[in-house]
Amino acid sequence: MADVETIERVREIEVDKYKYGFETELESELAPKGLNEDIVKFISAKKGEPDWMLEWRLEAYARWRQMTEPTWAKVDYPKIDFEDLYYYAAPKVQGDGPKSLDEVDPELLRTYEKLGIPLKEQEVLAGVEGARVAVDAVFDSVSVVTTFKEELAKAGVIFCPISEAVREHPELVKKYLGSVVPQADNFYAALNSAVFSDGSFVYIPEGVRCPMELSTYFRINEKNTGQFERTLIIADKGSYVSYLEGCTAPMRDENQLHAAVVELVALDDAEIKYSTVQNWYPGDSEGKGGIYNFVTKRADCRGHHSKVSWTQVETGSAITWKYPSCILRGDNSRGEFYSIAISNGKQQVDSGTKMIHLGKNSSSRIISKGIAAGRSDNTYRGLVSAHRKATNARNFTQCDSLLIGDRCGAHTVPYIEAKTSTAQFEHEATTSKISDDQMFYCQARGLNEEEAVALIVNGFVRDVIQQLPMEFMAETQRLIGISLEGSVG
Amino acid sequence: MLEIKNLHVSVEEDNKAILNGVDLTVNAGEVHAIMGPNGSGKSTLSYVLAGKDGYEVTDGSVTYMGKDLLEMAPDERAAEGVFLAFQYPIEIPGVATMQFLKVALNSQRLARGEGELSTPDFMRLVKSRAETLKVNQDMLKRPVNVGFSGGEKKRAEILQMAVLEPSLCILDETDSGLDIDALRVVAEGVNALRSPDRAMVVITHYQRLLDYIVPDHVHVLSKGRIVKSGGKELAQELEKDGYANYSDEAA
Ligand SMILES: Nc1ncnc2c1ncn2[C@@H]1O[C@H](COP(=O)(O)OP(=O)(O)O)[C@@H](O)[C@H]1O
Ligand SMILES: [Mg+2]
Repeated sequence: MADVETIERVREIEVDKYKYGFETELESELAPKGLNEDIVKFISAKKGEPDWMLEWRLEAYARWRQMTEPTWAKVDYPKIDFEDLYYYAAPKVQGDGPKSLDEVDPELLRTYEKLGIPLKEQEVLAGVEGARVAVDAVFDSVSVVTTFKEELAKAGVIFCPISEAVREHPELVKKYLGSVVPQADNFYAALNSAVFSDGSFVYIPEGVRCPMELSTYFRINEKNTGQFERTLIIADKGSYVSYLEGCTAPMRDENQLHAAVVELVALDDAEIKYSTVQNWYPGDSEGKGGIYNFVTKRADCRGHHSKVSWTQVETGSAITWKYPSCILRGDNSRGEFYSIAISNGKQQVDSGTKMIHLGKNSSSRIISKGIAAGRSDNTYRGLVSAHRKATNARNFTQCDSLLIGDRCGAHTVPYIEAKTSTAQFEHEATTSKISDDQMFYCQARGLNEEEAVALIVNGFVRDVIQQLPMEFMAETQRLIGISLEGSVG
Repeated sequence: MLEIKNLHVSVEEDNKAILNGVDLTVNAGEVHAIMGPNGSGKSTLSYVLAGKDGYEVTDGSVTYMGKDLLEMAPDERAAEGVFLAFQYPIEIPGVATMQFLKVALNSQRLARGEGELSTPDFMRLVKSRAETLKVNQDMLKRPVNVGFSGGEKKRAEILQMAVLEPSLCILDETDSGLDIDALRVVAEGVNALRSPDRAMVVITHYQRLLDYIVPDHVHVLSKGRIVKSGGKELAQELEKDGYANYSDEAA
């Protein structure tokens, strides 16, 4: 059975603690180092883009040149030399590139197999009976393959690389790209708008419930390369989609930059469930290497009764700067943010969400679980605001931090702004430590230290784990255990 | 099975001596009761046997199944069959009791080189043990000890013991917080586990429990030392006269 085999194979791969740290030997095509208009044109040409897209990129590039990096987050890293990076890397292909899986470089297929990601449609993820997941696999700057496209097309669902959408669904892309995260929204978003390489595009037509989970796997392989993916998901009226993204990268001594933009649009009565399991290489225990993860994710609950739910499990990256947010524009719209952020070693996490209430009776819920171990720093930063017209806006926020050891830090920075007196915002926060008594109790029952920590932490994050699609729960629980290895003793 | 010789223990933090030369030999198949006033060192003895940090053994030895118990990590002791039913069981939020039991059992089995128990086999085992102890399914779904009443906590401890099937069971004041009906259920559960190759050390402040779990030997612990040993009639004597004699004697 191919599926079981794939999963078993992945289990066996343990590279140090970071089991996804292997490198794929592939010949790649790189754009010259550094960033200028020619590079932007190069990328656009590589993707065979129409002129309007190139103009949009150049406009973003011009804006980016005027901007400076934000410094308000509680993260500390050496200045990034944006001229010393590659902005485009693609596995070399013969001719026009693969038309089907049979034509994909076997080395690439092996990479995804090692990662446990099923690229063959008959394979299933995590061995869950009947659970089929459509996958878009993005390797450095290009999408390698997208599965189940035909079956999805029957339901009217468009699921394809964004570069393909630019060419084949220009009306949709033109209408929605940048409509949630404008080109010059922030430094990293502007950079992304100029040089975004690949990512996924999803359109769910009116009244359609997407027949399967959609997912994208991002893999940064090439050295000194930034990954700038762009994801755009549109759920038309009354539709539903559940989408998951997963990310890994090889272990490298140099830092790698990842600056993605994700835009979600939910129209009337539509619902988008977006889950992330982010496991970029975190760097070694001394803080050498690792991914700099600067990501802008935003959802526009544009329609009445629309709903967006963000669930994130953040275990990787040296630096995380990420605030998946919801603009609750529609009346009775709802936004949810469920987050597990684990930091170990010298990782730095500054993450949270914004819930911007504009519509009447809009509601939101935030459950954040931060776990800090080693010498890491873990900050929750959140904003909940209600506009004057957002009568009866409601928010419930719960921020819990768990500390392992006494050399790490957890911080909570919640901002609340209510411009209507009818808003009801509730905020609860706790900070706790894994107690010696809990550890001893588990050990006295036969668990070793690492198993005990993993169990206690999995208990701590249970409310959030339960929000994940069933197929990914068990893997996530294991991942949590792995990321906390070496955090005690 | 267990041989404690001249065990001296003090608290690591302040060097305060708590156990001052405990001697105790427990053979397979036997049930020993350790009685004594509050503060005499009963829980300390049980913690040292289970391997809790924070105590320093300043003298003496503990041999379990021919091995130096004090050299072993707590989880190794558990895998080797040492089980402590805690006087104050610890809460683990978010971890269902059922899941906890499964992880514990499988960790022990793996450490012993046995395979993991399959989920159906595990469920069957827990179900049958839970019935004996009148533990309902709902309780198994709740997080470990969170929001449990005193009695539920104690029953859950005995359930863990029944599922893990240890060789040496140490019960620290399992009777405290139990009403008479619950006491009977728990005692029945414990008695069901009595067997020729299993030993029990039942720590209690009151004689009451020993009406239900009848011991082979009774020891009185006072000021960190076993000051008197005898048969089950010693427990009745204590019930009548209290611990006053022993406290005075040791003072
Ligand atoms: N970790 C500790 N730190 C300081 N004193 C302790 C500690 N553990 C036990 N003690 C003291 O040792 C004595 C014996 O305690 P304990 O073993 O709990 O007795 P018992 O279980 O018989 O009531 C008590 O005086 C108690 O306060
Ligand atoms: Mg005690």
